[in-house]
Amino acid sequence: MSENAAAGGAPQRSPAGKAFHSRTHSSRLVPGLPLTLGYTLFYLSGLVLIPLAAMVFKTAQLSWSEFWHTVNDPIVVASFRLTFGASAIAAIVNGVFGLIVAWVLVREPFPGRRLFDALIDFPFALPTAVAGLTFSSLYLANGWIGGLGRHIAGSINGVAGLAGFGEVLSADALSWLSFPYTNTNAGVVIVLIFVGLPFVVRTVQPVLRDWDTEYEHAALSLGANRWTILCRVILPEIFPAWLSGLALAFARAIGEYGSVIFIAGNIPGKSQIAPLQIVTKLDDFRYSQATAIGVVLLALSLLILLAINGLEWWARRHETGAAR
Amino acid sequence: MAGAPANAVAAAAPGTPAPATHPFVRRILVATTVAFLTLFIVIPVANVFAQALSKGVDAYVRVLHVARPPEGARLNPAERRKLAAERDQAEKTWSSIRLTAAIAAIVVPLNVVFGLAAAWSVTKFRFKGRSLLVALIDLPFSVSPVIAGLVFVLLLGRNGVFGPWVGNWTWPDPFSLHWRGFALDWWPLEFTRSFTGVIFTPLAIALASIFVTFPFVARSLIPLMDTQGSGEEVAALSLGASGWRTFLKVTLPNVKWALLYGVILCSARAFGEFGAVSVVSGHIDSNDTMPLRIEKLWNEYNNQAAFTVASLLTLLAVVTLIIQMIVERNTGRNVIAAVEGEETMR
Repeated sequence: MSENAAAGGAPQRSPAGKAFHSRTHSSRLVPGLPLTLGYTLFYLSGLVLIPLAAMVFKTAQLSWSEFWHTVNDPIVVASFRLTFGASAIAAIVNGVFGLIVAWVLVREPFPGRRLFDALIDFPFALPTAVAGLTFSSLYLANGWIGGLGRHIAGSINGVAGLAGFGEVLSADALSWLSFPYTNTNAGVVIVLIFVGLPFVVRTVQPVLRDWDTEYEHAALSLGANRWTILCRVILPEIFPAWLSGLALAFARAIGEYGSVIFIAGNIPGKSQIAPLQIVTKLDDFRYSQATAIGVVLLALSLLILLAINGLEWWARRHETGAAR
Repeated sequence: MAGAPANAVAAAAPGTPAPATHPFVRRILVATTVAFLTLFIVIPVANVFAQALSKGVDAYVRVLHVARPPEGARLNPAERRKLAAERDQAEKTWSSIRLTAAIAAIVVPLNVVFGLAAAWSVTKFRFKGRSLLVALIDLPFSVSPVIAGLVFVLLLGRNGVFGPWVGNWTWPDPFSLHWRGFALDWWPLEFTRSFTGVIFTPLAIALASIFVTFPFVARSLIPLMDTQGSGEEVAALSLGASGWRTFLKVTLPNVKWALLYGVILCSARAFGEFGAVSVVSGHIDSNDTMPLRIEKLWNEYNNQAAFTVASLLTLLAVVTLIIQMIVERNTGRNVIAAVEGEETMR
């Protein structure tokens, strides 16, 4: 029982999470606590805590009406709506496709699987500015993928021209194939999907890999069909990991700046994300307004992370409770 | 029961092979995966190199280096202007590469020392507030890069909390160190340039980079050192080894792969950080790191040059992934996912 409780906590969440297990520590024999802890606290407070405290300090200097006026500005509200909306859509897309990708990488061997598995980590390793650059050149209307219909029509006409038929298709005959991303915020969603892609895959993968297939065989022998097994046996097991992957992807997308500003139109009130609003205010030397937006963004993203983690904790607890 | 499959015992002894998926469903799933990853990862990464080399290898090299015209070559004024502009651009690109490397050279060693100290104190000892400390080490991961830059502006900027103290502080630019000779004084070196204040200087860029790369080394060390416990260290210490010797001969060899990986991840991020650096750089040309240079070239509609700089950073990312694969083979765990993905997991 007590062992079960210990296994239900952090260690189960990921392979590396196993590590957070208390061992017998002979703290009295190992030296260096004052030195290492002192240095850790010094470095941490000097470079992270004091700067963050400066932001809180500056916020405290704002009057309430000034704060409210800044945050309630329609342009700022629109930027928050875009940030959270696009992040939510990107997280959901990643939730669906990440689950499929994780399943295929664990359960369905195909040629090149190892290569694709290694590629999953690219969004972690690739600088965000590079991601924004390459996505905006690909997915905007004049890019390879963005202008797919126009490109295909063009090449068909080219071949036809060589064969002496003249123009077969009008230039916009295949325009339904082109992604109309230039004047919408779909580009923001696309690049946020890239940024959050590894989170769901990498949290679900270890759970699927450690999954004992005995349960599926048992369910099969009891007469359950494949769909029932998927919904009633496998998905509940994956759910907590999947949810935490989703939360991580969402949280990362909210703070994302480098990749989005390359692909978004950055029109105030239409296609500006909240971090860009902060930068704009800073460039105009309106520090108090930037601080107000920053505090709201920070608080909201921490709140959402906390909420989803609470939900996940509840799901896990509920599940182990039902199993007992 | 539901919790059981995830624990290590079940994983170590996999039972019968999994029931096969229906072939048709299987084909759809594999096709979806391949299409999704191709659209979102393979094509964008390949596109970086394709665009960088779109005007040929010569143009690629010219972004980084423009040769002087040969002696006695006759250039008309237009050609001379074009050449001068190109040389100017190449010099700016080089200065961004130098600055980025210098920032990484400052940031990475500092974070390595911190990571080792933090991992040692957190894993070898149990004390009150330990889990709070681990949470605080993770904090920079959940802060938007722009906010990471913003806090330094609010702390050190003109109207910042410490603004009045650091605003008038003048310090020499290390890159401007020149050999002056002994003619004037006994000291032969001198700085020819200096900075005033902290914000909008390379020092602020270094601070912001430290902030965003803060957790990487500590994060890659803590789980491993916690699993290993302190049994080996205790054995060495009880045999009479000193604390330092124990650390160097026992602990360090045990965590070398994780440390290497933390360093790689930390330097990849230090090279690639955009948001935080962009805020504290003040859009000054001499403060451009490689990602900021990419943005400027892109805004100047010089796509091929932007992609050339981007291709260098992409190569760095490829190297990161290769080292990650080697480390994974050596340690049996995916370090990058463990470090990046565990932002909130404790």
